[in-house]
Parts: sequence; C-alpha cells; structure tokens
Amino acid sequence: MKEIFAFISKEFMHIFRDRRTTLIVLVMPVVQIVLFGFAISTEVHNAVVDVLGDMSDPMVQQIVCSIENNEYLEIGKILDNPDQMNERIRKGKAMAALCFENGFDRKLNSEGKASVSIVSDGADPNSAQIVSSYIKGVISSEQLNITTQMTGGGAATMRPNVQLMYNPAMNSSYNFVPGVMGLILMLICSMMTSVSIVREKELGTMELVLVSPVKPFWIILSKLTPYLVLSVINFISVLLLAVFVMDVPINGSITLLSLVALIFVGSSLGLGLLVSVISSTQQTAMLLCGMGLTMPTMMLSGLIFPCESMPVALQIFSDIIPAKWFIIIVKKVMIQGAGLSSIIKELSILTGMMVFLLWFSIKKFKTRLS
Amino acid sequence: MSGNIAIKVEGISKSYKATKALENINLEIKEGEIFGLIGPDGAGKTSLFRILTTLSIADSGKASVNGRDVVDNYEDIRRTIGYMPGHFALYQDLSVEENLNFYATVFGTTVEENYDTIKEIYSQIEMFKTRRAGALSGGMKQKLALCCALVHKPDVLFLDEPTTGVDAVSRKEFWAMLSRIKKSGVTIMVSTPYMDEASLCDRIALILNGKIIDQGTPEEIRSHYRNRLYSVKGNNMFQILQILSPLSGILSCSSFGCECHVAVDDNGPDEKSLLATLESKGVTGCTVERINASIEDCFIGLS
Amino acid sequence: MENREKTVIIKHLVKRFGDFTAVNDISFDVHKGEIFGFLGANGAGKTTAIRILCGLSKPTSGEGTVAGYNIRNQQEAIKKHIGYMSQKFSLYPDLKVWENIELFGGIYGLSDKQIAEKTTKMLKALSMEDARDMFVRDMPLGWKQKLAFSISMVHDPQIVFLDEPTGGVDPVTRRNFWKMIYQAASNGVTVFVTTHYMDEAEYCDRVSIMVDGVVEALGSPSQLKERYSANTMDEVFTKIAGRSIREE
Repeated sequence: MKEIFAFISKEFMHIFRDRRTTLIVLVMPVVQIVLFGFAISTEVHNAVVDVLGDMSDPMVQQIVCSIENNEYLEIGKILDNPDQMNERIRKGKAMAALCFENGFDRKLNSEGKASVSIVSDGADPNSAQIVSSYIKGVISSEQLNITTQMTGGGAATMRPNVQLMYNPAMNSSYNFVPGVMGLILMLICSMMTSVSIVREKELGTMELVLVSPVKPFWIILSKLTPYLVLSVINFISVLLLAVFVMDVPINGSITLLSLVALIFVGSSLGLGLLVSVISSTQQTAMLLCGMGLTMPTMMLSGLIFPCESMPVALQIFSDIIPAKWFIIIVKKVMIQGAGLSSIIKELSILTGMMVFLLWFSIKKFKTRLS
Repeated sequence: MSGNIAIKVEGISKSYKATKALENINLEIKEGEIFGLIGPDGAGKTSLFRILTTLSIADSGKASVNGRDVVDNYEDIRRTIGYMPGHFALYQDLSVEENLNFYATVFGTTVEENYDTIKEIYSQIEMFKTRRAGALSGGMKQKLALCCALVHKPDVLFLDEPTTGVDAVSRKEFWAMLSRIKKSGVTIMVSTPYMDEASLCDRIALILNGKIIDQGTPEEIRSHYRNRLYSVKGNNMFQILQILSPLSGILSCSSFGCECHVAVDDNGPDEKSLLATLESKGVTGCTVERINASIEDCFIGLS
Repeated sequence: MENREKTVIIKHLVKRFGDFTAVNDISFDVHKGEIFGFLGANGAGKTTAIRILCGLSKPTSGEGTVAGYNIRNQQEAIKKHIGYMSQKFSLYPDLKVWENIELFGGIYGLSDKQIAEKTTKMLKALSMEDARDMFVRDMPLGWKQKLAFSISMVHDPQIVFLDEPTGGVDPVTRRNFWKMIYQAASNGVTVFVTTHYMDEAEYCDRVSIMVDGVVEALGSPSQLKERYSANTMDEVFTKIAGRSIREE
C-alpha cells in the first residue's frame, strides 16, 4: 500500500513541478468556459435588421413592431429599394433585411398566404443563420397569433423565405456548458494520463518501475488516480462557473450528475491508457489524443454541430464517442432536470463503454517492454 | 567466490522484425563475480539485458537468474535484482532524495533500512540531496542511478552501459565503486562499449552483431589471440598506417594511442622487415616491438 | 608553426551563468588543418566553450574569432562557415541518405547543382553508392557516423566541430573514422574534437584539457606526457582532471 502512495504522490509532484502542466490542468477549464461563454458566444445581441416594404401595411407594421420588441433584434432603416438593402448589408451596417411583398396584409387575409424573405449576410454564416432564426421565430409567433385571430377561417401562412439555409437548429446558450465539461474531462483524463505514461517510457523510468515487484495493475491505478482527482476538481470548478458566472442552472440531481461524470472520467482514463499502450513517444500520444480524441469529440459529440444534422454515417460514428452520451445526459440532467429513469439508456451505453475501455486497456497494458 | 551459477543463458535468440538482435547466446555467470558484456552500440547488449531483467521475452532459448526462469518466475526475479538502464532512469523533476525514496518504496523497502548498502556512494552526492536530478552532472547522475538500483539490496545487479558518455576519471571512480559492491557478495553483470574496461571484470564476453564472439577471463581471451602482433611507434602515425595496411600478410593495422598495432599472419613480415619497409619509404626513427594482444586487439581480430 | 594561418583565436574567454563561472578566462589558438583535441571531465565547461565557438552562445567577456568571424557579433556568419557533428544528433533517421545530404546542403545554401555534385562525390568517397536510397535508420552505426561526418562538411567549412563522434562505436569502425579525420585535416580542414576515449587523444596534433572552467594543460600529446611524466594520455588526463574540485 505504501508503494501506491509513493507512486501517487510522485505523480502529483510531476504535475505541480511543471508550471505549464499545472496551468493547463487548473486554468484550462476556466479559460474554456470563458471562451465558449463570452468570446465564441453563438448568441447575437442587437442585430440590426432593415426592412424593405410598405410601412403603411398593418401586418408589416405589426411584425416590425415585434422585431423591435425582441431583445436580440433591432430595426435599422426602412428602405425603399433592394440596392440600398444590398449596400447596407455589404457594408456591415445591417445584419439582415426583411423584404415584404406588396400588399402583404391583404394577401394574407384574402389568400391566406403571403411571402416575406429574409436576406442576411452570408459572409458571417454563423451569425447570419442565428439572426435569421430569430427573425423566423418572431414571424412564426406572429403567424400563430393571426391563426388564432382568424378562428374558423383557413390557417394563415406566412412563408418566410430564408435565403441562407444553414443548420436550422439554434444553439441554446446552455449548450456549451455540458460540452465544455465533457471536453475538459476528456482532455485531462486521456491526454494527461497517456502523456505521463509515455514520458516514463521515453525516460526509461518505466523500465525500472516495471522491473520492481509492484504489480502492473497497481502501477496503472497509481497513474490514473491523480488525474481522477484533478477531474473531480475540474468538474466542481466547471459547475461553479456554470452556475455563478454563466447562469446555467442545475435543475437535476447533483449526485446523479457526479455519478455520470465519474463514469465518463473512467472511460476517458481507459482511452488515455489505450493511447499510452499504442504510442511510444509523447508526440504520438499528444497527436493521438488531440486529433484522434479531442477533434472528434468537438466535432461529432454535438458540442458545436448538432448530431441530428450530420450525415448518417457520421451520426453512427458519433455513437461510439463517449463524450456524445455524456453531453446528452448532462443536458438532460442539468438543464432539463431529468431523473435516472429518463437517462437510463444513455447511462447504460456510457457505463458499458467505460467497462470495456478500462478492461481492454488494462489487459493490453504491457508488463514488459515490446 | 563460490562456483554457483547466478545467471544462466542457454541458446537465447531474439529478432525485431527483420533484424536479428541476438543469435544463440550462451553464457554462465557465477555468483559474486563482475561479468562484462563488451561490444559496440547495436551489438545486442541492451536486448540481452532486457531479457534477463524480464522486460522482454526471447524468441527462443532459456535463461535463468538465481535459478529462476526469466519467463515463468519473472515476479520472483523482479524482487531480487537491481537494474540500471542505459540512460540513467531518473525522474528529472524530482530531487535526488525523492528519486531515491521513490525507488526504495517501490521495491518495498526504505532508504534507512538499507542505508549501509548505499552509504558509500550516496555520501558523495548527499550534499546535493535537494537538487533536482535533471540538474546533476553526468557523474552524479550515474552515482544516483546506482544508488537507486542498489537501494533494495539486490542479489544480482544489471548495469547497462553505466559509463557511456562519462569522462575517463569518473569512469575509474565508478569501477572502483563496483569492486567494493562486489565485495558484499553481489553478482554484477555490466555492459560497456569501452574495451579498456574489460580488464576490470572477472570474466567477460565479447559481443558483436548479436553474437558472442568470445568469452572467458580477460587473460583467457587474450591467450586466444592467434596472430603475431607488433607495436610500431613513430612520429607520423597516419603515414605508418598508410604504408603498412596494404602489405601482404598483414591482417590489420590499427592505431592504439601513440602506437600502431600490426597484426600479422603466419607468413607475414617480422619486426625487421616491417622496419625495413618503413625506412624504404622514408619513415625513419620508428621502433617495432612484438607485444601481447589487448582485449581491443582481440576484438579487432575477431570482427 | 607560428606563421600558419589560425582558424580559431580565443582570448580571455569568460562565460558566467549567474554567480557560476562555467568558463573562466581561457585562451588558445587553433591552426588551419590542425586536429585539436578538446578534453575535460563532465561539467568542466567544455560544452559551454564549444557553444560559444559555434556561435550558439555569447561570451560574458573575452574576444575571439572562428573562421575569421568575431564570436561576439558575427555569430550568424560563424554558423555558416563551420561544420558540426555530434553523436547525439546528426542525421534524420526517417530520411533517406540522399535526402539527408540534400537537406543539409539546402540548409547551408548550396545550389541544386552543387548538391547533386556533392551527393555523387560524397557517396563515391564513402563507397555508399548503393546505399543512396537507404533510410538512415537502417544503416549500421559506423556508416551513419561516416555519413554524418561527410555531411557536416558538405559546405566545405574551414573548421568542423566533432562532439564525441565515436561514442559506442566498435574498435574497427572507430579507427576508420579517425582515418577520415586525418584525411580531412590533410585537406586543410581544422578539426576540433571532443572524446572520452583517451587513446584518441593521442591522435590529435594538440590537446587541451579543461578542469573547472580553466584550460589546465595545452600541448601536443608527447609534450603533455613529458610534462606530467606519464606514459599515456590516459594517465595525463587522470592526473589533471583528478584534481577537479568542482561538481558542476
């Protein structure tokens, strides 16, 4: 038992004696949350929307009014011709423009159909997409009002014709906290673990440690423990940041959330161990973790792009990424306040992954060299 | 010195992909002796050490340490051997003291318990015990690594190239330490690329390209040398080499410090004709003397 | 001897790191075409001195020129006009032989035509024409070292620095390597070499032995042996370096 303790404390010395490692381990979570939360915010505030259309038309007035009332949107100029509109968008004076067809109100009432198009700045596709989503939201709520007003009559349809069709799902402001949490836990557990093991291989100290009477299982355990502890600290700090800085609520049970995180950490440790078995240099380990684990996690887990809008092949591929399931569960528990019963499927998949990864990597961990 | 066998190697072979690292190695190392495995880099020294320290498995053949098989009883062996890998396996970011304590604990002991074993060596570096291992000089790293390998009082000590890259004075000190360790009854197997260290071992094996080319006490190996050997001294070594190398009957012509060692086969020239040849080419003031072979001469003769 | 051209001139060179004086006022000259052995115990300040001579580090005080360029302010010019080879780093193992030659030729600013000529010439001189497309990692150690030495002189430098070039090499290859060194020196290249093999010290025209940051002895092997009444350079070295009081 004393051996294990010596091992673990040595591991902590490695972490805290290297200022860069310490920095990465303890500051990265904060930086990531802040980056995703503020700098790379997917939200758009006070986007300027121009209007091209007949302002005497009552329906147009109504829509413009509700756009003005929307906290994210702001009406810029009322324009008379399309040239002006293009000019203002090109110069960045407006994010989008709303073009109503002539006789909008009349058509809507008589034919039950009227068309309006949203033109937005494709040079900034992300913002353009978000702004048009906001505008569409406003229009469709108006449409709902009209439909209820015209009880008995046929449902009125305004067809918003969006010229920039991108990913239709609007990223919720709550999206990134579960995502970043998954990313950080995975980075700490897989990258740090594998690099620390491979470094010992490179140094030659692994040779000496393997020659010692300490059982390989205990060597593995003592290599994993420090990163488990760090993950717990990071998990707590991310949660604190989420609640107190980002105003993201924890609606579900914290115990359940912690349990899920623990299982996810387990699977990430298994991945890290596996990487350390495969790679013989620290560079390889870094690359494998960076490109092989982090990139797919960012791209395919739903952190940046929703899984639903991916090609089927990628969707299937994303199913084998533990972070995807972790993010789904965290969203459900943390944001929607779901209980154990509604996450049972995802949780069992994640647990299965953890058991398999840990079992497989421990089995593959070489008690000898080559 | 008792006659018991501490390390036995029987027909060990090992290949990495297409390269044969070891070919049919047979060795017997007695208890309490210093056994030197001498050969250049890439000869297979480290491969053999890894097999004996249970870190790697041979393709064929058997080996045992203290009567225990290196494959079947590897856990027992790991408890009783000390190993110092080729590149001083120390944690650079831990201090001298922390490194030593760590290895002591991992091998199930404490520094205090076995302080006697390492005292002599450790006392030389103890004043730097709070310094990080990465900041030590080559000679001190070597001493610390030796302490780490000795801290659990092993019966057999494996030292893989402990003197590589270390200056001549530190090397001498190191060998003096080894002979003191040997007195406490530890069997020492050491590898080195420096031929001049051979004479400091009780018995040696010469290894080249994965094969043992000769083994025995240094004296035995020197007596195996079959050719006549002359030492030629002169002012211009390069010129002497160029004149003598192409002559018929000369097997090799190698510079040894300020001398040139000329190996000659049975029909080759003798002292007088060597001297005459040199003088006929205008190289005067040379002396030629018949000498006995050194280990390095033997190695050159065998390779 | 005194009238010969000097490739290295060093006067009162000092290098301090904080309050630690790694190199403490050393002075020496090296002549064109000379094989100069630079010996010293680990931590005697050898590496620091070589770094200054190669233009990788600036001296704290002192003056000097290497290949005619000032070590204080013409470091870039020095780097262009010297060759360097060490046992630890010399060639890229995952590149082929000709690719290594091309790479280093390119680094030293040779034209494509010059590189092509050099490659043919060099491989012929080394009798490695057949190994042209071999990966360096698959070559025997002795070949690698010879190739590394030739490549370190691909740009015809006036002086070449060899840092423990023969460590771990078998006795035959080691001697063949020294033949190459003699060859280079007879062509007028100055060879500045460090080694832990004391028999190799005997092959040098002159040897300097550093102890605790100071050049303690400087002279031809026979002069030194006479001065310290020793039979071999090994004895000389032990007598001088054994007095070291400093542990880096």
